[in-house]
Amino acid sequence: MSDGSLLALSLAEARDGLVGKSFSARELALAYNDAIARAEPLNAYITPTPDRALAMADAADRRLARGEGLPLDGIPIAVKDLYCTKGVLTTAASHILDGFRPPYESTVTEKLWQAGAVMLGKTNLDEFAMGSSNMTSYYGPVENPWRRPGDNRPLVPGGSSGGSAAAVAARAALAATGTDTGGSIRQPASFCGIVGLKPSYGRCSRWGVVAFASSLDHPGPMTRTVRDAAIMLRTMAGHDPKDSTSAPLPVPDFEAALTGDVRGLRVGIPKEYRHDGMRVEIEAAWHDAGQWLREAGAEVVEITLPLTKHALPTYYIIAPAEASSNLARYDGVRFGLRVEADGLEDMYELTRAAGFGAEVRRRVLIGTYVLSAGYYEAYYLKAQRVRALIAREFAEAFKNVDCILTPIAPSAAFGIGEQSDDPVEMYLNDVFTVPASLAGVPAISVPVGLLEGLPIGVQIIGRAFDEETVLRVAGVLESVAQFQCLPSFLAGDRA
Amino acid sequence: MALDKAALAHIAALARIRVSEAELDPLAEELSRILSWVEQLNQVDTAGVKPMASVAATGLPMRGDEVSDGGRRDEILGSAPRTARGFFIVPKAVE
Repeated sequence: MSDGSLLALSLAEARDGLVGKSFSARELALAYNDAIARAEPLNAYITPTPDRALAMADAADRRLARGEGLPLDGIPIAVKDLYCTKGVLTTAASHILDGFRPPYESTVTEKLWQAGAVMLGKTNLDEFAMGSSNMTSYYGPVENPWRRPGDNRPLVPGGSSGGSAAAVAARAALAATGTDTGGSIRQPASFCGIVGLKPSYGRCSRWGVVAFASSLDHPGPMTRTVRDAAIMLRTMAGHDPKDSTSAPLPVPDFEAALTGDVRGLRVGIPKEYRHDGMRVEIEAAWHDAGQWLREAGAEVVEITLPLTKHALPTYYIIAPAEASSNLARYDGVRFGLRVEADGLEDMYELTRAAGFGAEVRRRVLIGTYVLSAGYYEAYYLKAQRVRALIAREFAEAFKNVDCILTPIAPSAAFGIGEQSDDPVEMYLNDVFTVPASLAGVPAISVPVGLLEGLPIGVQIIGRAFDEETVLRVAGVLESVAQFQCLPSFLAGDRA
Repeated sequence: MALDKAALAHIAALARIRVSEAELDPLAEELSRILSWVEQLNQVDTAGVKPMASVAATGLPMRGDEVSDGGRRDEILGSAPRTARGFFIVPKAVE
């Protein structure tokens, strides 16, 4: 097979091709290593690992030849550079982690390698996963492989998992890991026209994932199809004694949940997600998705989630508070960057001033403020109380419906440098994704249409630990939408 | 609640981040805008609601008090900017 046709395969197709010996894991890894080199202008990767990919592919080929193939044997995967990978530079896209090569492997990536997956490299992201455009990376912005028709100006891939999303969309990775704290898997998936799944909180271990906001951080898969997300999640999920919030629950065969049958399912449309100034195309895509589910036999009903508008400010208190605590570890002593000074306090302050970018500094300062004496009750505990009410509101809604259908973001991808300098304006990108983050319930972004030639997704939110329904509904939307548009840049196309 | 220059300097000191004199005013203004935006939460009645620290339903899991890992001094020191004879090196902290 040609490189181009190898790169066009979905994960499920590549898996079947490898087992059927239509091509080898080495051929697939070589095609992806080449694709990554061609996709270099996108800046989707911080650290490609082509030699490691070939060594892992050869090991997979030996197992496949013996008929001892593992579930993901030979599948080339990119890893968001927030996951610690043993001996491989791990940056969190921050200057402060300069030169950090972890002496351990994150649980989720370890599970992927144990299942035979091949590591392509580490992908770019917003610094410490704080951002919605991939513009805050110390390693520079990522370009979305999509362009507006007739306009060659580069667009953002969304964030924070922007490198993973751009790589998967441009066929410079077959699939990727992402992390989602307030929308960081779902929003870039929507901006790049791929599938992004934020599982339930506790479904995938956080151990070895650089911490941003511990009660909100969710590792999850980013793929080209819903089936691929189901396959990836099965390997990534599972109880881990090293993460005290990891759920001690069995992992279902998520792929088996893709029955295509949503008859009798109750789907809620929350009226509060209708947003002033929402683009008409986004509202239309949302409406169409509801109509498709109705035609497929689901019962679509309007529901109310009155606290929706309060989710965003709640998130922007809790997430910075947890970040300020988690990022206290970057002190110039044990790893990463150090700015030398005569005194210990000066060394800490100068190291952290030099090591953190503007958005990270902003959030650490806000977090420090809302946790400080005199403000803890008014801001932090207040936000935690509203969070409890938001979680309760979702639990109540799920007594009446099996899943909830909403838009993913108020816009499609915007231009690099086009967005406002006002942080609050930027935070509004997360308005539709943050509620499910606070409630810890699973949510997926699935591409359904275009807005001025750029992809947009819709979101399916499910009950805690019911990723199966979320995937099943997303699978139906995917098969009706037949979203087969491709970005203007594909790494498989030879000039 | 607006954050003034002095309050910001205090927060920056708590966070151990050096902020230059010239940056204090613009940064205080920027953070004040964010804080006044989040203050809309005061519209929500939360009387009697218990703060939620995590959605994880389980209590803290317990395990036996047994050594399960260790003996990795050199691996751990290998990531540090400055070390000597098995120790992290920091600037002098005691007068």
